Amino acid sequence: MTAAGPGDGAAGRDWRPAASAAVLRLRADLLARIRAWFAARGVLEVETPLLSAAGTTDPQIESFTTRYLGPGAPQGRTGYLHTSPEFPMKRLLAAGSGSIFQICRVLRQGELGPRHNPEFTLVEWYRVGADHHALMEEVQDLVSAALGGYRPLAAPERVSYREAFERRTGLDPHRASPEALEACARRHGLAADGAAGAGAAPDAEFWRDLLLSHLVAPALGRGRLTLLYDYPASQASLARVRLGDPPLAERFEAFLDGMELANGFHELADAGEQRRRFEADRHRRRARGQASVPIDTRLLAALEAGLPDCAGVALGFDRLVMTACGARRIEEVLAFPYERA
Amino acid sequence: MATYSTNEFKAGLKIILDGDPFAIIENEFVKPGKGQAFNRVKLRNLKTGRVVDRTFKSGDSVEAADVVEVEMQYLYNDGEFWHFMKPDTFEQYGADAAAVGDSAKWLKEQDACILTLWNDVPLSVTPPNFVVLRVTETDPGVRGDTSGGGGKPATLETGAVVRVPLFIDVGELIRVDTRSGEYVARAKE
Repeated sequence: MTAAGPGDGAAGRDWRPAASAAVLRLRADLLARIRAWFAARGVLEVETPLLSAAGTTDPQIESFTTRYLGPGAPQGRTGYLHTSPEFPMKRLLAAGSGSIFQICRVLRQGELGPRHNPEFTLVEWYRVGADHHALMEEVQDLVSAALGGYRPLAAPERVSYREAFERRTGLDPHRASPEALEACARRHGLAADGAAGAGAAPDAEFWRDLLLSHLVAPALGRGRLTLLYDYPASQASLARVRLGDPPLAERFEAFLDGMELANGFHELADAGEQRRRFEADRHRRRARGQASVPIDTRLLAALEAGLPDCAGVALGFDRLVMTACGARRIEEVLAFPYERA
Repeated sequence: MATYSTNEFKAGLKIILDGDPFAIIENEFVKPGKGQAFNRVKLRNLKTGRVVDRTFKSGDSVEAADVVEVEMQYLYNDGEFWHFMKPDTFEQYGADAAAVGDSAKWLKEQDACILTLWNDVPLSVTPPNFVVLRVTETDPGVRGDTSGGGGKPATLETGAVVRVPLFIDVGELIRVDTRSGEYVARAKE
C-alpha cells in the first residue's frame, strides 16, 4: 500500500483519518438530514461538472487547472476544476429545472488554514421565485434542522452589513473614506503589513474586508445564526444591485460561532451586466498580475435565454459540521484533510 | 535583500518589521469566501521578547531577518559585556545587558549557552536547561530532614536565589532548572 513502514515518521502514521469515528458518523447524519430536508420541499438534487472549460473570474478566488488530453483534444485542453457549481446550476435553472440543490466537493487554490481546506464540501441551492430575504429564512430553517439535537441555537438574527459594521467600528462602511477605515484598522492593531511587498495601495474595499473579517465577523453568530445582508455594491459578486443611495448588493452571508457559514445572492439575471462584471474581473486580474481565466460564455448564453427570478446560496458543509461538534479546526471534521490526502 | 512570502510563513521563521527582528509564533490563514485573504500572525520581538499580533495581506512578502542560533561557551563578564566563544573557531562575541537579561544569573564560566545572533550581533542568551551551581549563602542545614517540605532560600555563586530543601548547606553543589528557576537535586563535585 504505502512505502512507509510503521514508525517511518509522519507518512507512517498519517494514513489514519483525522476525524474521529464519531465525527464521521455526524457528517453522514448531517448529509442525510440535509437531503431529507430538500426532499420534503420538493427540491431536485442535481450534479454538474467538476471539470469545466471556464473557471471563475473572481480575482479573490483561484481555480485549480488541469489538462485534458485525448479524443477531441490532440494537443490537450486546459480545464478548470470548479470552485463552486454556480454557473452550470444556473444553466439548469435557465433550462427550466425549477428549484435545485447540489452537495459536492469544490476546490480552491491557495486556501489552507484552520477554517480552510483546498478541497471542501458545499451545499448549494437555488429557489425559483425567491429573493435573498426568503432564502435567508430557508438557511435559518436548514441550519436548525441540521443542528437540532447536536447543539442549542438561540433565535437567529438578521442585521444589515452596515449595522453590524457600524456597531463594531463606528463607521458607515458605505461612506467612510479609505483613510478613515485604515485609521480604524490601525486603532485596533490591524496594520496590514507587507513592508517589502508591492501591489496596489489598499483601497476602501481592502480595509472593509480587513475590518469585516478581523473585527466584525468574529463577533457574529454567537450562540445563534446571524445573517448579514445588503452588501456594498462593490462586493456584489453575482448578486443583483438595488439602486439607491448608496446602491446595495442583494447578497447575504450567514455566520455561526464567528465563522462564515454561507453566502447567498438574489441572483443577477441580466446577461449584459454579468458580462460587464466578468470583464471588470478580468481587468482586475490583469492589473494584479493574476492568471487570465476565460469567461463562461455558456453561462452568458443561458442568462440571455432567460434565468428565472431566483435566489441561491452556498453553505460550507464542513464548517456546519464544525459547529455541530465544536471543532476548532477544519481537519477535525475531514477524514483526510489536505495534509493527509 | 532576502524576503519571505506569506506562503512561507510558519512557526520559527524570522522576519524584520519596523526595523526589529521578529520570530513567528503562529500563522493563521483568514479569508472571507468572496474577499481578500490575510495571514494573521503572532510574533515575538526578538529584542524585547514582546509578543504582538499583525496582519499581512496574503501573497505579500516581508524582509527576512538574518537571525541564527549558535552554541557558545561562556567565558567571563568584564562588568559591561558577557563574553562568549564559538568552540570551533574560537571567535568571541560580547553580549550586553540587554541581550543577556535575566539569563545573567545562570551564567557560569565554561557552560555551553545558545546565543541568538542578528546580523552577527548577540540578541539574546539562553542558558543550558540545567546548571550546577554552588550554594554561597543559606540558613544552616537541618540534618536528617530529607522530606523536602517547606524549604528555604539559598543564594548561589552566580547571585541567583532559589528555594532549596532544608538539608542543603553552604558549599554544596545543586542542580537547577533554569527554565523554571527550581531546585532539582544535589549534585556531585
